[in-house]
Formats: sequence, structure tokens, C-alpha cells
Amino acid sequence: MQLLIEQILNGLQLGGTLFLLAAGLTLVFGIMGVINLAHGSLFMIGAYGAAIVAGKTGSWGLGVIAGLAAAALVGVLIELVVIRRLYARDHLYQVLATFGLILFFNGLVAMVVGRAPLLMETPKVLSGFVELLPGIPYPTYRLAVMGVGLAVALGLWFMIARTRVGMLIRAGATHRDMVSALGVDIAKLYTFVFGLGALLAGLAGIVVGPIRSVQVGMGEQVLIMTFVVIVIGGIGSVRGAFVGAMLIGMADTLGRAFLPGLLKMHMSGALADGLAGALSSVLIYIVMALVLVVRPRGLFPVGG
Amino acid sequence: MQRGERISQILVALATIALVALPVVAATFGSTYAVTLATRLLIYGMVAVSLDLIIGYGGLISFGHAAYFGLGGYTVAILAFQLAEGVPIFGYDGTNEALVAWPLAMLVSGLAALVFGALSLRTSGAYFIMITLAFAQMVYYVFVALKYYGGDDGLAMARRNTLGGARIVDPQIFYYICLGLLAAVIFLVGRFTRSRFGMVLTGARMNERRMAALGFSVMRYRLVAFVIAGMIAGLGGALWANLARFVSPDMMAWTKSGEFMVMVILGGLGSLFGPVLGAAAFILVESTLSELTEYWQVLFGPVVVLIALFAPRGLWGWLTVRRRGA
Amino acid sequence: MTFRTLMLAGAAAMALCGPAMAQVKIGFITTLSTPAGYLGEDARDGFKLAVDQEGGKLGGVPVEVIVEDDKLKPADGKQIAEKFLQSDKIKLFSGIIFSNVAGAVVPGILEAGGIYVSPNAGPSNFAGKGCNANYYVTSWQNDNLHESAGALAKKLGYKKMVLLAPNYQAGKDAIAGFKRLYGGEVIEEIYTALDQTDFSAEMAKIRAAKPDAVFQFHPGGQGIAFLKQWQQAGLKDQIPMVVAAPSLEQKIAAAVGDAAVGVAATTHWNTDLPNAQNKAFVEAFRKKYNRDPTVYASQGYDAALLIGAALKATGGKLDEKPFREAMLKADAKLVRGDFKFGTNQHPIQDWYEVKAVKGADGKVTLQTVGKVVEKLQDSYAKDCKL
Repeated sequence: MQLLIEQILNGLQLGGTLFLLAAGLTLVFGIMGVINLAHGSLFMIGAYGAAIVAGKTGSWGLGVIAGLAAAALVGVLIELVVIRRLYARDHLYQVLATFGLILFFNGLVAMVVGRAPLLMETPKVLSGFVELLPGIPYPTYRLAVMGVGLAVALGLWFMIARTRVGMLIRAGATHRDMVSALGVDIAKLYTFVFGLGALLAGLAGIVVGPIRSVQVGMGEQVLIMTFVVIVIGGIGSVRGAFVGAMLIGMADTLGRAFLPGLLKMHMSGALADGLAGALSSVLIYIVMALVLVVRPRGLFPVGG
Repeated sequence: MQRGERISQILVALATIALVALPVVAATFGSTYAVTLATRLLIYGMVAVSLDLIIGYGGLISFGHAAYFGLGGYTVAILAFQLAEGVPIFGYDGTNEALVAWPLAMLVSGLAALVFGALSLRTSGAYFIMITLAFAQMVYYVFVALKYYGGDDGLAMARRNTLGGARIVDPQIFYYICLGLLAAVIFLVGRFTRSRFGMVLTGARMNERRMAALGFSVMRYRLVAFVIAGMIAGLGGALWANLARFVSPDMMAWTKSGEFMVMVILGGLGSLFGPVLGAAAFILVESTLSELTEYWQVLFGPVVVLIALFAPRGLWGWLTVRRRGA
Repeated sequence: MTFRTLMLAGAAAMALCGPAMAQVKIGFITTLSTPAGYLGEDARDGFKLAVDQEGGKLGGVPVEVIVEDDKLKPADGKQIAEKFLQSDKIKLFSGIIFSNVAGAVVPGILEAGGIYVSPNAGPSNFAGKGCNANYYVTSWQNDNLHESAGALAKKLGYKKMVLLAPNYQAGKDAIAGFKRLYGGEVIEEIYTALDQTDFSAEMAKIRAAKPDAVFQFHPGGQGIAFLKQWQQAGLKDQIPMVVAAPSLEQKIAAAVGDAAVGVAATTHWNTDLPNAQNKAFVEAFRKKYNRDPTVYASQGYDAALLIGAALKATGGKLDEKPFREAMLKADAKLVRGDFKFGTNQHPIQDWYEVKAVKGADGKVTLQTVGKVVEKLQDSYAKDCKL
């Protein structure tokens, strides 16, 4: 029972991480209709910015600022140079162009920073444990990750539902012409939104840095899982991304935790291990396919 | 437009002559590598043509085409493996005969395309892109975990398939087989797209509702196109397994699907011959750049971006249509 | 055409200049992109250092090393090998890091009459029945890595353990290899997913299983993630961990920092091995590249030295018999110390226990503790008919 609760916590924690990644991606898609494969590259840039500056200065705070700034800056740059030419184009060209950007950024980081993975330690304040359940210390940092995920979810909800920028964003997504007729510079608005998406990707990279490996190509390892999340939730829906992230975080964690044991009750050990391994790898894709077969536009469809 | 068509015809005629003559020319210069390289281009070209059928003509952006390519390759390699091990599969002995293995490869890929297509086609737009990707990832992970067939390390074939009992050792003969099959594929896809069937497929891309209102079951037409494309990709995979005499899950990785998409767009969407040109250009540019510098991605990435931004018609369109305004 | 003519002219000019020894070209196919790019980079830099130290020669024979990135794709590796073989007429190859790339590339090289000298991957299918007179592994047979870790776990007195590895071929081989020399009880084998980056579910299971120690095989980035999360879960101070070299080498230690401290690993080479040639190598590598060498760099360097020894004996000729005779003598002072080829042309060598320690400068490095196994040979050699 204790183990089950701990695994559920682990699932929520993975869900929180996934949401951080998915939020920016779904925001950009929902408002501008752009599929951005290079989201993973922005994630990497955020982590690299933080790791390098924190490593040089020894200050985690400066690292966070640097990482966020780097991701947002690069985001704005690629919006101005590449992405803005793709708004009116078919998804095909968006996928292609951002696929090219992935290659470029992976090569660039390897060339400029080097190929070796970077050191990025947990900030001292968050490196301890909290005894949530007797006998099970839960890492403070993981709780903090969940906290950041929740804060981002609330922050985004507040911004979109309650602020003037949010109103413009909502309007820009559905009535592009009307917003520009009102004298709002839609191009600037889009650059802002894309930069915000990049900032969120960078934030995810910074948060994940101390848990995972900061290295070239780190974005692609999570990119597909992130897409699964936003597709399940309904592309463009922040709420959907949240639910999708939790669902996938749970499915993935619980699958890995309990599938081998369940299968071993019914078959030989080696076969069960092989099957469980294969099943837990594809579990999230099965979940996604099931959701889409039943609800072709995800759990929280956006728009008409 | 007529002028464009004339140019196309001339280009195709020239390319055909060049491709037929290539092994002979290569032999005079003593370059066997040119033939191997050209065979690779033909096979990728075939897969690109099949992807163009669904993307270019059907407007269905499949991000999982590598799965069918890989399934075809694995079918051939597994049949050869079972034969070598002397272990029957599903009650039948394995085989090394191309006339059996290649159609089976097409059948397996076609069946997978039927199942995945039927489920995927319920969605559209970005959802379609992602669900095709998801199915391909499933296939990929299944083969990574299949220890019996080498898992992640892949499966080697001791020798090429026999064709009607005769061994295909000579790379030139294998080249001509691939060239012949590519010609057949282009011919069939060309016929297919100009038929009423193709009209419905393209019509549905431009206006799905109108086609439905005209009484066509759009979904069924799309599914048939999806299956045909899957089968051709499966044949491509079977040929690839014979060329490399090796298959691995890497054949079905999502990046491979991405590469096939780049080839199609680079060549020109819905241009029939374009994807072959696109495949050739892609392979040549990528291998030249990675020869040039170890940081080839820094150059290759922007090339891909530029293609996406500024070459919507692809190389074929640029070669044949550009002069129209002049 | 002009280029070809120029080259011919150049060759003619060189021929006129006297009896210069013919240059030997070495095709170095390795992984330079993808997250694993640093492995190939180090192997290449180690190899090139040996060539540079001799002024562009190995064993007194002028060599040209042609490097290309296999992108960790077996098909790309094969494509490069074909080009090297057919277009550049290269006969001598090295460089491959990953077993799946080797599986695709090596058979083609051997069939075409080429020679392959592996600086890293040593998959089992070329070590037993599938061994070949023109195929040499200078690093280790894959299983040795994990066998030595098993021996270390036994030596450290761990009675019941949990073993973890990714659910692909190399992972399964790792667990099988570990068990061969371990001999204690295995409470549970856990298979993780390819590309998995979050291990909290597995760690909760381990905590519940209460083993004496844990063995895990997660090379590169996965290993970094595992070690970081292991520390955060508070398990580092509760359950000891034993790993093999790929899961804790010099770069991983530097990238995880404190989280690696105390972890026991096995390796056949370490920065601090006290022999003279190793000291010189580490110093030269630092000087040339401005960073510390990894085990991959040492392997690239040693592979080059072994090739050099063979070239010296044959005068740069690559004919099968004399080259093989010379190569199998392994007449070189390797940075890892004693080394011998077994009958299957795979190494017989010593394995060391290393521990990650934090230095005065705050950097985490690996320190050699002592020998774990002496003259370890792989279990496939007996099936090899050479």
C-alpha cells in the first residue's frame, strides 16, 4: 500500500515535469497553429544556459535567470527569422522547418559548448528529503518540481483568463483579423506568445537539469512524450495539457512499477520481463491511440 | 503548363538514360561504389514516391512512414533468419526466395497500414500527424524489445535473397532489379493518381465536404491510398534489407520518417518523379556535408529550413515550372 | 578530372622524391553526433593523439586517419564503410563505438578483405563462433565489463542484489554477464525502457526490496540521470551501488558531481594508473585537448598503439598473414598496462576497482582502489576456431 502511494506520487511528479514541457508547446500551437518540433531545442538551451552560468558563478539564481533569458531570446529570434513565415503554411512545412532547427541547434551546441554532458547539481536548499509518509523520504526537489508545474498551470490560467494580454491572445487565436483591425500589432503579439512558449520550455529544461542529463539531444528524448501529452489533452488546451500530462505520467510510472509483477503471475520470468519492457515502452502510445480513436480531437477539443 | 510538361518529359527521358547507363559508365571508371550509392538512392526514391502518394496527392501527413519501410525489411530478414536457423515460423519454413519474401513483405506492411490507417484516419490535421507517429513508435519499440530477432542490435542476413532460385550477387544486377521495380512503382502510382480514384483523393484534399457530398466515401479512398503507400514502402524495405543485408529498429525511428518527409518535399509534393530526385538530393547533400565537417548538422539544419521556407514546389517544380512566367 | 590528375601528379612527385613508405589510410567510423557524441569524440582524439605524437605516423609508417560520423545509425555506418572500401580503397578500419553499428558494418568490411580493429564495441556474436582472422578487439568483449562488476560485488560481500539494465540487447547481456561472476542471490531484475529518463518508479521498488547493493547498467546520459535521481531519492547513503565502466566513466563522474561519490565501478583503465606510459598519455592528452581523457580516449590511444606495432613489423603492409602475426604479438606498451590477445583476438587483461571521490578543488574524479580480476578472458573464446 505504501509502495502504491509512493508510485502514485512518482506518477504525479513525472506528470508535473511533462506539463512544464507541454504548456509552452500547446500554447504556441493553440494560438498560432504552429507545430514546433524545436521546442525540445529550447528546452535544451534553457538547461545549458542555467548549467553554464550556475557552474561559472556558483549561484543557482543567476543560472535560472540566464537559462530563462537564453531560451526566451533564442525563441524570439527563431520566431522572427523562421516561424513567422510559417503561420499561413501547411503543418507539413512547419514540421520540416522545425526538424531542421533541431539539427541546427544540436550541432551548434556540440560545436560551441562541446559534446560532454554538463554538471548541474541540485540547489542546496532543495537537496534534502521530506518524510511525507513514515519510512519513505520523498525528495524535496521532486516536490518543488510539482510545485513549479502547478504554479505555471495557475499562472497561465490567470494570464489567459484574466489579463488584457490574455484577452488579446484568446481573440488573436480565433479572430485574427478583428484583433488587428482594433489596432493591435498581431505580429508583435505572436512574437510575444512564441517567446513565452520558449520561456516555458527553457524553464522546463532548467527544472529538469538536476534530475536528468544536461547534454546535446536531451530535448528529443522528451519531445515525443510531450507531443503525446498535448495530443491527448487536445492540442491548444492548457487544461488538456495538464490532464494529459498527469494521465501519461501516471500510466508510464505505474506501468513500469507494476506491469512486470502482474505479468510474472501469469508467465515465466524472462518472458514477462521482455513483454513488460516492451509494453511499458509503448504504453503511452497505446493510451494516446485509444484516446484518439474515441475522441479524435483529444480530451479537451479546442475551437470549432 | 504544356511547356512544363514538355520539360518534365525531357527530364524523365534524360534521367532514364542516365540511370540505365550508370552501371556501365561506373564500370568503365572502375567505381563500384557509384552503383551501391545509386541503388540506395533508388530504394529511398521508391519509399519517397509512396509517401508522396499520401502526402502530396492525399494531403495526409503521415509522420510514421518509416514503420512500413522497417516492417518490410524485417519480414525479409526474419524469413531468411528462420530458414538459416531451421525453425518454422507460424508453421511454415522460412525462405530466402525473393518471389515469396518480397510479396510477403508488402503484405505485412500493407496489413499494418490497413490497421493503423483505419484508426488514424478517424483524426485529421495535427492529430493525424501525431497518431501516425505514435503507431510507428509502437512498432519501433516492439522490435527494440524483440530479443530473438536481435532487438536493438538488429538482424543480419547472411546473403541476398535468390530470385527464382538464382542468386543475386552482382551489385549491377541488383541495381537493375531496383531500377525496374522503381519504374514499375512510378508507372503504377502515375496511373493510379490519374484514375478516377486519384481524382477523388486529390479532390478530398482540396475540399473534403464536396467529395463527400458527391457521394464518395472519402475515408475509404484515403485508406486504400494509405495501404498502397504502406505496401510500396514495405517493398522498399525488402530491397533495403537486401542491399544492406542488415535490418535494425533504426529503420523505423521517427527521425527516419522525418527524413522521408524531407525527401518528398525537397523533390516536390505530388510530382510523381520529384520524390526520387528529392531522395537523391537529400542523400548526396547529407553525406557530402558529413564528409566535409563533423559538425555537419550546423549546415544541414539550415538547408532543411530553407527548403521548408522557400521551396514549396520542390526541386521538380523549380526545374519544370519556374520558366512559365519568363 | 582535374583533381584526379593533380593527385596523380602529386603521387608521381612523391615517388621521385625517393623510396618513401606508402601511406596507410585508416577509416575511422565513429559516433560524433547524438547525445553519445562525446564517446566517439574521445576515441577519435585518443587515436589521433597517438598518430600526432609520431608526427603523422604509426609504427614509423605514415598514416592518414579519415574520420566520419556514423550518427549512431547502423545503416549510415555501413554506407560510410562501403564508400571507404570501394571509393577510397581503405583496408584498415577502426572507431566504432556501438555494438549495433558494429553489427551492421563489420561483416561488410571483413567480406571485402578489410581489417577491423575495434577500440570499443566487442559484441558476443564476433567473439565466439563468429570470430574472424581480420577482426581484432582491443578494448574488451562486452561481457567483461559486467563480469568484472559481478566479481567486484562478490568481493565486496554483497549477498542479495537488485540488477537494472535497459530492455535491449546490451542491457540483457549486461545482466547475464554480471551474474556469471557474481554468484550471490539476485532478488530482482528490473528492465528499464530505451530512452527512459525518469527512474523514480524503479527506485521505489528497490527501496522496498531492501537489497545489500544494486548493480545498474545505464551508459551515458541515462547513467547520469540515474545517479542524480538515486542521490535525490536518498538511496545513495542507504544502498551501495556497483557499476561497470560505461555507467561511470570520467565524464559521467564530472557531470553528476556529488551524486557519484562513493559509487564503486570496474574498469580496465583509469586516469591514475601508475605506469609511465599512462602518465605520459594523460599529460599529453590534457595538453593537446585541454580536458581530461576518458576511458574511451584511452581505448582509442591503445588501439592506435597496437595498430602501430603491427604496421612497424610489416613495414606498412596489410597482407592478412604477416599483419595478423604482428598484431597478435601486441608488442606495444599500452596505457592500461598488461595486455594479451586471446585465441579469438579479444583481450585478456586485468580489471580494476575504482571509486568516485571529491577532490580538494570540488571536482569529482575516479580513483583506483585495486585489482578485481586478473587476466580476465571472455567466455566465448572457446567457441572460436582460429
